[in-house]
Amino acid sequence: MSSSIALHDKTLSELAQGLEAGEYTSRELTEAFLARIERLDGELNSYITLCREDALRDADAADARRAAGNAAALTGVPMAIKDIFCTEGVRTSCGSKMLDNFVAPYDATVIEKLKAEGVVILGKTNLDEFAMGSSNENSHYGAVKNPWDLSAVPGGSSGGSAAAVAAGLAPAALGTDTGGSIRQPAAFCGITGLKPTYGRVSRYGMIAYASSLDQGGPMARSAEDCARLMNVIAGADPRDSTSVVRGVPDYVEGLDYNLKGLKIGLPKEYFGEGLSEEVEASVRAAIKVFEDAGASVQEISLPHTHLAIPTYYVIAPAEASSNLSRYDGVRFGHRCKDPQDLEDLYKRTREEGFGDEVKRRIIIGTHTLSEGFFDAYYIKAQKVRRLIRQDFLDAFDQVDVLMGPAAPTPAFDLGAHKDPLSMYLQDLYTIAINLAGIPGVSVPAGLAGKRPVGLQILGPHFGEQTLLGVAHQFQQITDWHRQRPEFGQEQA
Amino acid sequence: MALEHSDVLRAAHLARLGLASQDAEAYVEDLDRILAMVDQLQQVDTDGVAPLAHPLEATQRLRADEVTESNQRERFQQVAPATEQGLYLVPRVVE
Repeated sequence: MSSSIALHDKTLSELAQGLEAGEYTSRELTEAFLARIERLDGELNSYITLCREDALRDADAADARRAAGNAAALTGVPMAIKDIFCTEGVRTSCGSKMLDNFVAPYDATVIEKLKAEGVVILGKTNLDEFAMGSSNENSHYGAVKNPWDLSAVPGGSSGGSAAAVAAGLAPAALGTDTGGSIRQPAAFCGITGLKPTYGRVSRYGMIAYASSLDQGGPMARSAEDCARLMNVIAGADPRDSTSVVRGVPDYVEGLDYNLKGLKIGLPKEYFGEGLSEEVEASVRAAIKVFEDAGASVQEISLPHTHLAIPTYYVIAPAEASSNLSRYDGVRFGHRCKDPQDLEDLYKRTREEGFGDEVKRRIIIGTHTLSEGFFDAYYIKAQKVRRLIRQDFLDAFDQVDVLMGPAAPTPAFDLGAHKDPLSMYLQDLYTIAINLAGIPGVSVPAGLAGKRPVGLQILGPHFGEQTLLGVAHQFQQITDWHRQRPEFGQEQA
Repeated sequence: MALEHSDVLRAAHLARLGLASQDAEAYVEDLDRILAMVDQLQQVDTDGVAPLAHPLEATQRLRADEVTESNQRERFQQVAPATEQGLYLVPRVVE
């Protein structure tokens, strides 16, 4: 092998180059990752299902395609998929007992696109049940550990995807983000994660949590890798009527971005009470890097920031209570034993199939949508949602991007937030972005002891090309994204 | 707006979520605190602000009313808990 970097430490882009140069085959690459997962994941629990046979078959097909001269940019590169995307013939659990026996009969659109590109799917990664959580501790399949510090959470809900990429158990993964579920685990695990604009990536076949907030996106080792994945997965989908019909730029071309003259806004509300000193220090140092490269920085206010969490905890559970009504024990998924009547079938199936956090959100959502409460909660939250969105629209009249921390602290300890409300409050820097529908990326920007710190960069609707360009230029100057945890290195 | 034990049982019933009366206790405290946090919204002046249902304010895209999917009933029923002659089985509803 020509490079001294171990295969599992390479970026997706480097692996694609290595395949193109014939340094290794997709089969060799896939076998190396599968072996590494089998050796190391017992400790992390980042995968729920490993797709060994399918992956090797697809790797062989990718090698044949390359030999025939038909390879696309990412043909033969392996990656992991959050177990929320339906994958034909593979159990798609969504981290829930409810779907423990559900083998998806079709592919999500993004899975179809990745397969058409020739990407090899290694397996399905762990998550908080139905993507409801910020620590991956709400999974029916158990908690995931953070490879940087095994006593810490990887973040959530895309915790398995983040941990797998950080530990070199996949070069990249797909995640989903409803209130921070790509960006916060990316920050906690020292990787790069992009939540695209609402509607930029198809949600068809992506199991619904809160439909006006949910968005899938890439989690990888660099902004460049995220750009390559966006080139494959972005775009309108006739099967998702909420996907946006609008031209898709070449995200890789956008990486060549000139930081000189970039106008950066720092939302003062993102640097206030609750922000840990070590996170603030890393984030401010990162912003200094941009200033040194010719960007200008100004303070901005997003005055409704403090209302984002209350607004989210009306809208998201309301939409969840509706979306999750489909799990009724009739057509697929768990069904209770010996139902006495139809109501007993529904009630016991759902009581047995859902975990505590999911039940909490179904009850809240059902309550707030019920007669006598709907206007006071749901309509009120939708009005405040407009105010939150307007904060961002006003900010982007003045600056090109906003920067701040992705989370108030580095990864917290497993079991640190047993109280649901205290867990919810951890999402104060990520949640407003989903309410506004804008894109955001988290990039590695430092270490607090052993635990990574993420810089969050936000842009206007459909500003992904700029975000990835800005993040990529940061990664040309710094090497935080090149840092790897000690976990799994000695067995390399 | 405080949440009562009876509100939790009512919502659970509306959601067809089995919840024993004694188990509802555990939810009442958590959910009441969550709703107390949500109640901050009541302080906000939203006079003249229209509700925002879609972050891009897009309206639902319509399509022609045409059959685009083939019948895959057998395939989809393979994952069903109980079927017979192409039908989904549930406990008897009408005696």
